[in-house]
Amino acid sequence: MENEMVIEKTKATDTQTLGKISVRNLNFYYGEHQALFNNNLEIEPKKVTAIIGPSGCGKSTHLRVYNRIYELYRDQRAEGEVLLDGENILSERTDLIKLRKRVGMIFQQPTPFPMSVFDNVAYGLRLHYKLSKSELTGRVEEALKRAALWDEVSGKLHKPGTALSGGQQQRLCIARAIAVEPEILLMDEPTSAIDPIATAKIEELVESLKDRYTIVVVTHNMQQAARISDYTAFFYKGFIVEYGETKQIFTNPKKKETENYITGRFG
Amino acid sequence: MSVHLQKDIEKLKKKILTLSAVVEEALYDAVTAVKKQDDELAQKVIDHDHQIDEMEVDVESDCLKILALHQPVASDLRYVISVLKINNDLERVGDLAANIAQRAIEMKYLGQNSLSFDFDPMFEKVKTMLEKSLKALIQLNLEEAQMVRAMDDEVDEMHRNLYHLAEENIRSHPDRTGIFLQLLSLSRYLERIADLATNIAEDVIYMVEGTIARHSPESIKMDETRN
Repeated sequence: MENEMVIEKTKATDTQTLGKISVRNLNFYYGEHQALFNNNLEIEPKKVTAIIGPSGCGKSTHLRVYNRIYELYRDQRAEGEVLLDGENILSERTDLIKLRKRVGMIFQQPTPFPMSVFDNVAYGLRLHYKLSKSELTGRVEEALKRAALWDEVSGKLHKPGTALSGGQQQRLCIARAIAVEPEILLMDEPTSAIDPIATAKIEELVESLKDRYTIVVVTHNMQQAARISDYTAFFYKGFIVEYGETKQIFTNPKKKETENYITGRFG
Repeated sequence: MSVHLQKDIEKLKKKILTLSAVVEEALYDAVTAVKKQDDELAQKVIDHDHQIDEMEVDVESDCLKILALHQPVASDLRYVISVLKINNDLERVGDLAANIAQRAIEMKYLGQNSLSFDFDPMFEKVKTMLEKSLKALIQLNLEEAQMVRAMDDEVDEMHRNLYHLAEENIRSHPDRTGIFLQLLSLSRYLERIADLATNIAEDVIYMVEGTIARHSPESIKMDETRN
């Protein structure tokens, strides 16, 4: 199947139209197993890009390269280039702490730290900045407001973050991520563990956040991709089959594989 | 979910094709009623129009159900949206067929035979356009759809000629203004059916290709030449 797959040529080779992130000939390996094949992609700044595809197609693997979080695990390696504002983050010289400050990440399961709501959001701020108590309080409040959580938690900032509902915990994680002013937010199935009402709140939040951040969302909820994203990349068996404007992908996909997947004929 | 969607789309396909056949027959009967001055046949077309209206409502509710329950995308979405529009166009053709039938009844009593107007070429052209647009729909045939678009110009030209002819005849025979106005309406109904057949053809193009053919340079040119 891999040989039959036609890889969509994106603007990756055109240096005139550099995205916020430019992925060039990215290959990824879990030990001997190759999971991504020659991925090329331009992530547009301050837009929402959705990555869709069937289970095991490599969409989360691809996302995890953007902040090199895969390096927490043994025997995983990426080859090729991932340029963040023109700088290759796969270079050995990359400072991973700085990279992960610039590229925040939200996971499928909400991951609040076992500490208060306030301390969850203040955690990254204390790590990266030297702020006075009032400055810290101000930044925490601002992040919670931007994450559309302030109204619900302003009276319980010193309660444990883990005591919040699932949807609130996920927004707390978003507040924690945006508190340190990242440039990019990566979201890996951010709503798959929460109910539809909480999902709607996260989706509204994504819409409001894209004015400030470049957002990349991995989702297997195709309607969600259609609702919230500006661009969509369809992955299949580690290849990027098609990448384009979301409205085009969902009304008139160019590739048969994309058509078959989004119309539920396979996958 | 996909299996349910495919079943519902198959059901929708059958219904829109049945409606197409009923509308095509209504136009055929209405034209025959004019030609043969058959007011019984004309009355049948008028009486059956409510059946077309009911079918249209039924198809529309099926489309809405599919959109609400399955949220189709890509070719499925284009199919449902096109059917929704074609359904509406077919109902309008049904109304116009009933209007033609009404003119057939009125013209019989105004002495249509004494006129020099030859409607046959226009009747034939419009019937062919509707047939071709429905063939394009059934077979998802782009070639037929493009032919319909091209033919619309010819019908517009025929309507313009009839308009001028009626104008001259009204001046020279003011005592027979009534019949000329009836004929002018007939021509206008046929020209509208040609437009609707063109809409159907353009929706078939969208259904198959995903491109919106309306207002492309070709149709803009056609619009400019329209009365």
